Amino acid sequence: MFDDFFTRALIAGIGLAITVGPLGCFVIWRRMAYFGDTMAHSALLGVALSLLLDLNLMLSVFIVAAAVSLLLLLLQKRGALSTDALLGILSHSALSIGLVMVAFMTWVRIDLVGFLFGDILAVSEADIDLVWGGGILVLAAIVYLWRPLLASTVNPELAEAEGLQPERARLYFMLLMALVIAIAMKIVGILLITSLLIIPAATARRFATSPEIMAVLSSVIGALAVTGGLFGSLHFDTPSGPSIVVAAMGLFVLSLLPFGRNKQAETAIHSTHGGHH
Amino acid sequence: MLNFRNTDQTPLVSLNNAGIRRNGRWLVRGVEFSISRGEIVTLIGPNGSGKSTTAKAAIGVLKPDEGWVEKLPGLKVGYVPQKLSIDWTLPLTVERLMTLTGPLKGREVEEALHSTGIAHLARAEVQHLSGGEFQRALLARAIARKPDLLVLDEPVQGVDFSGEIALYDLIKTIRNRTGCGILLISHDLHVVMAETDTVICLNGHVCCRGTPQVVSQSPEYLKLFGSRAAKSLAVYSHDHDHTHLPDGRVLHTDGSITAHCHPDDGHHHGDQAHGEHDHGSHEHGPDCGCGYKSRLQGYDTKESGRV
Repeated sequence: MFDDFFTRALIAGIGLAITVGPLGCFVIWRRMAYFGDTMAHSALLGVALSLLLDLNLMLSVFIVAAAVSLLLLLLQKRGALSTDALLGILSHSALSIGLVMVAFMTWVRIDLVGFLFGDILAVSEADIDLVWGGGILVLAAIVYLWRPLLASTVNPELAEAEGLQPERARLYFMLLMALVIAIAMKIVGILLITSLLIIPAATARRFATSPEIMAVLSSVIGALAVTGGLFGSLHFDTPSGPSIVVAAMGLFVLSLLPFGRNKQAETAIHSTHGGHH
Repeated sequence: MLNFRNTDQTPLVSLNNAGIRRNGRWLVRGVEFSISRGEIVTLIGPNGSGKSTTAKAAIGVLKPDEGWVEKLPGLKVGYVPQKLSIDWTLPLTVERLMTLTGPLKGREVEEALHSTGIAHLARAEVQHLSGGEFQRALLARAIARKPDLLVLDEPVQGVDFSGEIALYDLIKTIRNRTGCGILLISHDLHVVMAETDTVICLNGHVCCRGTPQVVSQSPEYLKLFGSRAAKSLAVYSHDHDHTHLPDGRVLHTDGSITAHCHPDDGHHHGDQAHGEHDHGSHEHGPDCGCGYKSRLQGYDTKESGRV
């Protein structure tokens, strides 16, 4: 059989992939890929704060990521700059402030590569509990918020006019993202969180016929990528985090191949190429 | 006479001197109207005249910066927004679109799709629909939830002319069958529904309002669309009795300039002094090209004059 650390990595990775699947769908439906990036980058500021104030790492990353997304909501309301530009400012500022703070703390040495790319093979039993506990919480919240989130993705004014609360749904969504990033940071690392959010969801699109199916497929594809990546890293002795992303990319490339394409997918491709909508 | 259907009812929604301000500019100001059960109110006006803004204020999406909006508690709204684009990455069939904001029974979905003539498209992805089909899907979605108030922001955009008539017929049928109130925004200044109880012409403020009245029927229309279509169609012209200057002041036809547009200031030709002349001798200009002769009442007059 496999070593314990490998089994733990597999269990934690699959739990994480299942959790981020539905969130990743909303990220691409709402064209928020850069937002995920920004929150992931701000996680480094969370790391610095946790070292400075001797806080729990996950808690501190969650607080910073949540604060950055609230700041974004406030700045967006002012409406002076586009969301893109605001995200660029927040993302790089948070990352740089984090690095500068670490430089001031001469008494600590941190393994930057570890935070950037994660160390899934170092996952402990307690981490697994956290990943699955947090994951169940996030998924339950997504199920509860599903209708207002989906309706406001289509059109926030429509959702509001018909009695749903798009602002509140959006706030909760950002908090859930912050929570997932805090959990995921240790496992896949800061730079690879967004790829795990986006690539499985993008792969799922081709096979999905409804938003719900796409969310479930996205989780399944993410779990496949984690499994494939980990076995690959074991076999080829490659770093585990990047191997998972490479596996996810491989699945995405497979989804682009024309085999078994149904008629519906075909017309979909044609209409995008034809500039329809 | 105008609101005979609802004299004893509380309005579903009423706007009282409502104004919306953005970036130091009033998008719309001094709007005052109400919609009761069974009533159809149509907003018309040029681009940027505040039609959509007014509709959004009415349903509570925008909060008025001046005045107030009263909504009946628990009011169920069905909304067709002016613009709606759905990202291609979102797999959404027409059927799934129906239950976007609330659960529905399968039969209710079927009925709504059937009545808008797109039952055959139930399983089509919304991104693959044509503009007209998409509008029908949005209308079906709004009516399927059986709202108290239906707010339709240019519901017939992209729909061909005969389809437009069919949809207006459908809107009328919905009102008659369910007794809901309808707030309709028409992008076309010349064509509004004959069934409309009140037409409100906006241009940053309420320019004029009244009941539409069809007076005669054009042989050309009858030939083109048949008598049934002619009955569904009402073409109204109204001559503006004032012009908006670039600085926001108002130039009246009597040559005077005022800071705002007040219907009772004597400058508008709907007032007592000019009322007779106006309503009695108005002739349609050739620009209508339609043969329909009717006009909107002046904001402050109580009877509409037939031409």
